[in-house]
Order: sequence, then C-alpha cells, then structure tokens
Amino acid sequence: MKAGNIFVFSMRALSGYPARTLLVLLAMAIGVASVMLLTSLGEGARRYVNREFTSLGTHILFVLPGRSETTGGPPPLLGQTPRDLTLEDALALTRNPSIAKVGPIVVGSAPVSWNGKDREVTILGTTADMFEIRQLAMGQGRFLPVQDPSIGTGVAVIGHKIKTEIFGNGSALGEWIRIQDRRFRVIGILAPKGQSIGLDMGDLVIIPVASAQSLFNTSALFRIMIEAKHRDDIQEAKEAVLKTIRERHDGEDDITVITQDAILSTFDRILTALTLTVAGIAAISLAVAGILIMNVMLISVSQRKSEIGLLKAVGATGSQVLRVFLTEAAILSMTGAILGLVLAYSGLGVILRLFPDFPVHIPAWSVLASVFTAQLTGILFGVLPARRAAALDPVQALSRR
Amino acid sequence: MIRLSHIHRIFKVGEEEVYALKDVSLELSSGDYISVMGPSGSGKSTLLNILGLLDRPTSGTYEFEKDDITSLSNQDQALVRRNRIGFVFQFFHLIPRLTAAENVELPLILAGMDPRERKPRVAEALDVLGLKDRAKHRPDQLSGGQRQRVAIARATIMRPSLILADEPTGNLDRHSGSDVVEILENLNRSGITLIIVTHDPALGERARRSIVMTDGSILADHRQGNPSP
Repeated sequence: MKAGNIFVFSMRALSGYPARTLLVLLAMAIGVASVMLLTSLGEGARRYVNREFTSLGTHILFVLPGRSETTGGPPPLLGQTPRDLTLEDALALTRNPSIAKVGPIVVGSAPVSWNGKDREVTILGTTADMFEIRQLAMGQGRFLPVQDPSIGTGVAVIGHKIKTEIFGNGSALGEWIRIQDRRFRVIGILAPKGQSIGLDMGDLVIIPVASAQSLFNTSALFRIMIEAKHRDDIQEAKEAVLKTIRERHDGEDDITVITQDAILSTFDRILTALTLTVAGIAAISLAVAGILIMNVMLISVSQRKSEIGLLKAVGATGSQVLRVFLTEAAILSMTGAILGLVLAYSGLGVILRLFPDFPVHIPAWSVLASVFTAQLTGILFGVLPARRAAALDPVQALSRR
Repeated sequence: MIRLSHIHRIFKVGEEEVYALKDVSLELSSGDYISVMGPSGSGKSTLLNILGLLDRPTSGTYEFEKDDITSLSNQDQALVRRNRIGFVFQFFHLIPRLTAAENVELPLILAGMDPRERKPRVAEALDVLGLKDRAKHRPDQLSGGQRQRVAIARATIMRPSLILADEPTGNLDRHSGSDVVEILENLNRSGITLIIVTHDPALGERARRSIVMTDGSILADHRQGNPSP
C-alpha cells in the first residue's frame, strides 16, 4: 500500500465523519492559534519596550541620587542620602570627554494657570541639552535657550495636550502663563510624540532647571540624564560619572548610574520570560487538543471495527492498518495546525487594527514550535488508537454487524 | 489443496474451556465445492475463520497448497489472505463511505498495485457481475443483492484460489440469493475452490460435498449422490 493511497484512504475516512473531524480540527486550531497569539503579545510587549527605549537615543545613562548596592556598611535606603545630587554635580560632568550632553532634571507638580484657567501639571526643569537627549521634537516655537544653567529665566515649553487644554485653538506662543506664583512666557510647544517611558510628553511643562529649583525650593536634582559620545563610550562615561561624583561627594559612592542597556536588557529578560511562560500555558491547550485527537481516534477505531476487520480479511497487515490510522491522526493535526496559523494571523490582523501602535508580531520560533508541537502531539496521541486498531482481532471485529 | 490435521480450537470463557473445534481433520481438493452446515455454535464459523486465516488453531496443522501455514507470522498470513483467499460475508462488510468501485479496488490498493493497472481490472470485475452502471454508487444506494455482488467482486479481484462464503444469502431475499449462489457456483466452475457456510439446507445440498458439524466435530461428510456416514 503506497503512501499516496494511504493518504487518500485516510482523507476519505475523515471526510466521512465531518462533524467529528471539524471539532477536532477546531480544537487543534485553537491550540495552535493561542500559542501563537499569546507569544505574539509577549513579543509585542518586548518590542514596545525596546522601541520606547531606543526612542530615547541609544547611549543614555541615568544618574540617580542614592546607592542601590549594599556593599559594606548599613544599607542606605534608595534615594535617602545625606548628599543631594546638585546642579553643580551635573555641570561638573560636562567636562568629561566621553560625555556628550548632560541633562539635569527636576520634577515636580504645580498649578499652571492662564486667563483664569487652572490646571495641575507635571513640571520638568532641565536644560537645552535635554532636547537632543530625549530626542524631542518641536511643534511650534523653540526649546529652552542655551544659557548658563544656573540662571533661571521665565520661559516655558509646553506639551501639546496642555496647549489645547489651556489655550484651545488660540495661539499660545508668547503668552504669559502662571506657574504657582511665577510668570513664564511660552516659547515653544512640543510636537505630539506620545508616551516616552511612562512619561506623557504631551502633558507637561518644561522650564529651565534653575527656575524649577527655585519654584520647588530645592537644590536637589531628581536625576541626571547623560548622553555618551558613542555607544562604545557608555562604560567609560559611567566610570567617569562615578569618579567625578565621588570626588565631589568626599569620596563616597552615593549615586547610582544605570545605563540604558542595563535597563533594556532587564526588561528584555523579564518580557522574554513572560512570553515563554504564556507560551507554555498556551501549549497546554495544544496538549488538550492532542488528547482530544486520541479520544476521537479511539471512538473512531471502535466505530469502525468492522471496517478494520474487513481490511484485515482482504489482506491488510497490522502495520498497514497502523499506518492508516496514524495518517489520519497526522492529517488531523496538520490541518488543525494550518487552520490555527490562519486563525492566529487573522487574530493578529484584528489586534493590529485595534491597537495600531502596539508592535504585535508572531515570532518565527513560535510558528515553528506550535506547528511542530501540534504534529507531535497529534501523532503521539494517535499511536495508541492506531495500535489498538492494528491489534484488533479480525474475527471479533467482523462479528459486529 | 487444503489439509487440516487434528485441529483444536479452544476458547477460554472465564474459568471454563470451550471447545469450538475438537480434533478436526479435513482434506479439500482444489476446485471443490463444499458446504458446511450445522446448528449455531457447532463450530462451523470457527472452522471457516481458521480456513481463512482470520483465526489460529490452538493445536493442529493447516496446510494450504502444500505449504504449512499454521506457524506463519501475522504479516505473512495477511499476505496469504490478500493473494489466495477471498471472503464473502453475510453482512457484506462494504465500507459505507466508499463507492462500489472503490470497495472492489481495496485489495488491489493494499497490494500496492499501480492505479493504471487497477482501474481497468476493477471495471472488468464490476462488468462481469453486472454492476457496470453502479460503480459510482455507495453501498447505501445499492440493493442487498447488488451489495453482495460488489462484495463478491472484491473477493475475486485478486484472483484467489479459495473463496470462503459465510452465509452469503443469509441477508438476501430468495431471488437475489439465488443470483448470488449462481455467481459463486460459476466462479467454482472456473476452478476456484468454494466453501459456503450456511443454515439453509437447500443451499447446502447444492454443493458437491457437504459437511455437517455439531459440537466442534464433523458429524457427517457427504459426497453428492453417494452419502456416507
């Protein structure tokens, strides 16, 4: 009996019981599709985080006050340190050759008002360098002017959401807004750029760092963002930052420097683990589909007893009967897997339509793995019923009417 | 052609041993026409199953065309069934989802024959049995007589030397039953050994040799015209 003939025979057998076949196919398809869709969501989350970080620029370091390592001495709580990170610390860093740009950051929340309208807004105090470090884009006007960072001037750059909420459709450029009790002139409006690692760039007001310090009455910086000259300089820049600050802080390492790479790779690890976990959970549904195939094949074997007996009577060997039933299981799982692929890709299309910004993507490995697993479970669970069919005693099989 | 010597077939039913066949020895010559009769449970079906290699005797030897086939593996016995034995059953045992032609084709497919060779052979077999215009019909679209003729076409498509028929007319009306018997007898006339198991004395007496069984043993073995105890 040739492979092609077995295939045709098995196909006829499957199409002879359409309801049963369709149900098994559906189960298999759902299993395969859920593996692929869930991994695509996990993979999408990973890509999303990746994209958010690279949108910041690729060689960024963050300097945070306080030490997150606890080597030696009583562990200081993160962020609690006798010495603040100051604007002078930030300016001292600019002199290092491996550092291209330094953006000190002061963050706070304050009421912003104009023409009787009042709104609580996140205020970001920084310098002109931040424009390039965060790769911002202007909608109108210009960013903070390049000037001595220690001088606070009354200028402000506002996010596009703030602009619409306070000024509506009118012009905002050149208008004077009041932040707390100080007056600032609007010199620029940020272009809508969406989220940037959790901070909504449309919903904030940017003012010079010195103005923010006096506004919030603090000399401490929230953090410093640093752009290294090159990707290769990141490690050197990190050491330079630690060294410079240690010198300025009486020989104490009381800051934490995080490179963007480190954050990125941490997220990457977390999200990859997440994706694999989710894929594992979805794989259970594949196993369930495999067991369903076994179940249906077992029913099929007992329903087709007389057919199997007949096949044996007309000279089918045990191994031929085995192959017929294994082929049926293989066809079921393969067709189910292909349907699953179709289902997954149409599901992906729906997700892309609903969330066009979310970079969902079915990774190649998940396609291969789910189709392969589907095949494997199908055949694995097909063995038992097929063996049962092959071992069937023809006399008993034929005595059934 | 066939020699059974001291065949026993014992079934275990719970603790009890049931003798389906008790020391049966039988010699059948090539081209013979034999009927096997007897009440239910007399062992005639078991005898047929053993002759057809669907069952193995508990002891004794079975020679088929001078080969001892008692000890052949399942695989080799399947080949003997495929090439040398044709079965006709009371309940036809056609595969319901396949057409008449496909049912007839089945043994050829199992034998791995080329489709170009298969098709004309199937068409010819159906033609001989007057089923030419029924080739594309499924069993449920055929009458009982037609179904049995399809089954006979399937049994003969491999050109076997032995045909085993288990109550071939048991499920047919008188008219199509006698049709089927005629077809089988014609096959016998062309040289194929024919063994029919039946309850029907009228059918049993048509055979040139008729064997009567009770309780797993051969009670009588008549040659037509000269009965012998």
